[in-house]
Amino acid sequence: MLVALAAVPILIALAVKLSSRPATPGRGPLFLDRITQNGLFVAVTALVVCVPLFLPLTVGVVAGDTIAGEANLGTLRYLLLAPSGRIRLLLVKYAGAVAFCCAATATVAAAGALAGVVFFPIGPVTLLSGDTIGVGESVLRSLLIAAYITVSLLGLSAIGLLISTFTDVPVGAMAATIVLSVVSQVLDNLPQLEWLHPWLFSHHWLGFADLLRQPVSWTSFGENALLQAGYIAVCGALAYGKFTTKDILS
Amino acid sequence: MTETREAAPGSLPIDLAIETHGLVKRFGHRSAVDGIDLAVPRGAVYGFLGPNGSGKTTTIRVLLGLASANGGEIRVLGREMPQQLASVLPEVGALVEGPGFYPFLSGADNLLRLDSADRHGSSATRHRRVNEALDRVGLGHAAGKKVRAYSLGMKQRLGLANAMLRPRELLVLDEPTNGLDPQGTREVRSLVRSLAAGGATVFVSSHLLAEVEQMCTHVGVMSAGRLVAQGPLDELRSAGQAHVLVRTPDGERAARVLARLGLVPGEAPGHGVIQGNGLDGIEPEEIVAALVADGVRVRGFSVENATLEERFVSLTGEGFDVVG
Ligand SMILES: Nc1ncnc2c1ncn2[C@@H]1O[C@H](COP(=O)(O)OP(=O)(O)OP(=O)(O)O)[C@@H](O)[C@H]1O
Ligand SMILES: [Mg+2]
Repeated sequence: MLVALAAVPILIALAVKLSSRPATPGRGPLFLDRITQNGLFVAVTALVVCVPLFLPLTVGVVAGDTIAGEANLGTLRYLLLAPSGRIRLLLVKYAGAVAFCCAATATVAAAGALAGVVFFPIGPVTLLSGDTIGVGESVLRSLLIAAYITVSLLGLSAIGLLISTFTDVPVGAMAATIVLSVVSQVLDNLPQLEWLHPWLFSHHWLGFADLLRQPVSWTSFGENALLQAGYIAVCGALAYGKFTTKDILS
Repeated sequence: MTETREAAPGSLPIDLAIETHGLVKRFGHRSAVDGIDLAVPRGAVYGFLGPNGSGKTTTIRVLLGLASANGGEIRVLGREMPQQLASVLPEVGALVEGPGFYPFLSGADNLLRLDSADRHGSSATRHRRVNEALDRVGLGHAAGKKVRAYSLGMKQRLGLANAMLRPRELLVLDEPTNGLDPQGTREVRSLVRSLAAGGATVFVSSHLLAEVEQMCTHVGVMSAGRLVAQGPLDELRSAGQAHVLVRTPDGERAARVLARLGLVPGEAPGHGVIQGNGLDGIEPEEIVAALVADGVRVRGFSVENATLEERFVSLTGEGFDVVG
């Protein structure tokens, strides 16, 4: 899956490189038009492209598989008999999902940076606020965005973990998690449901533009982190309640 | 650490490795386990018998804390379950409803992973213990093979190896010989014996009565969620009726003699063999004497104890259909 994720920025870079028409500013994903002038934008563009579907997809697969996958293989009962302890197992599984979130965004960012360096010129970057920053600083900003997106995915991971404790069929848990991530984004786009928007775990997913200003505005980062922490707390508590009392009959 | 059960007046206290009182487990409204009182003495090899769907695996799941009971008390190794689960499980090796492994890892890697999931397993000795366990079940040469490429019996052996990764006080084996070849079956039998000789208690569920007769010291029989018999193997067998077999060409006359002595004569399998059931209070030699006195040509005479199979069928019924 990490390989598939790494392919995204490379595909973007190749597509932009090989197409003769210059990308029209304002069309296509954010920053796409800037790639030809500065390869550093490949990473950011790739991350933007991956946030709505590709990253939730992979995270859904990993988080949905956590408990249900073990139950399906029959290894869950042997892990518990080892004994590993139910709470400990849940924590380790969540830590694994978090590690995957980090690895996923880092992979996209790294592959993007690499593709950018290989295919395009590199130079100072103009931020959304009009300021210009050097190459080193802009790499830092890319990492910051990757971190933002990683945090964004933690809530979804907790949801996947929770769903995973309810079933012995990993595919079902994966699908449910992915569908929820899509539903959340759809609801976030319905103006009639504005009251609901701040509570949707995907509400801040694309809100990292603040990190591209000078000075960096941390408001959206903080709000996002708080929201995700809320989801982790609620889903974590529910998963704990379910898993510690569940009959393991797989 | 060990505790003993309240001894009945006049008898020695028995140290029990597994003890339940009125254990109940329901699935929906159906009771899969319906108030059973297990008593597995320490050091015993306890055969847990019962037809398909009689609740053996369910009982084992509840004993090991995988599923919660709907009623009753459980003590394993003298400690309350499931409250003391964390301190009991490290002493217990288990094989529950077949092995479960990661198909994409090798046999050895699977064991390493399971052992590292256990905080009590020392990592310094991990590789040595894994290799020893694999050798013990005869998988030494297939240790590096992916479990995906294992046969049914090889997976079963790997499951047994997992149960023996560390020295255990109690082994709970759910149909350990399932899928094993004759050598493997023999091997498991001698393995169970050697574990018991080392002081461990072995609780083994099985359908193979011949197996159980050969390796168990105690037996419990389940039927439709109830424990219909329990005790030392010999006691259980002798509770069944013994019978005599008379090999003779004078079948009718022999039957008359047996009937006169209070036995119930019947045709036994084999030509010229008469069976006499209901051997109560009559010494075998009296029967032979009476037969010979009446001029019956006795070519063979034997007293047969009830086999475990007969006892099992009489306890659990002839019906083939699973009680659902
Ligand atoms: N997950 C479950 N949900 C509902 N009922 C179940 C479940 N697992 C088992 N049962 C029921 O509990 C009863 C006992 O099943 P169990 O698996 O304990 O039988 P068993 O004695 O181990 O049988 P076998 O010899 O075939 O392994 C059966 O009637 C079965 O239908
Ligand atoms: Mg069973």
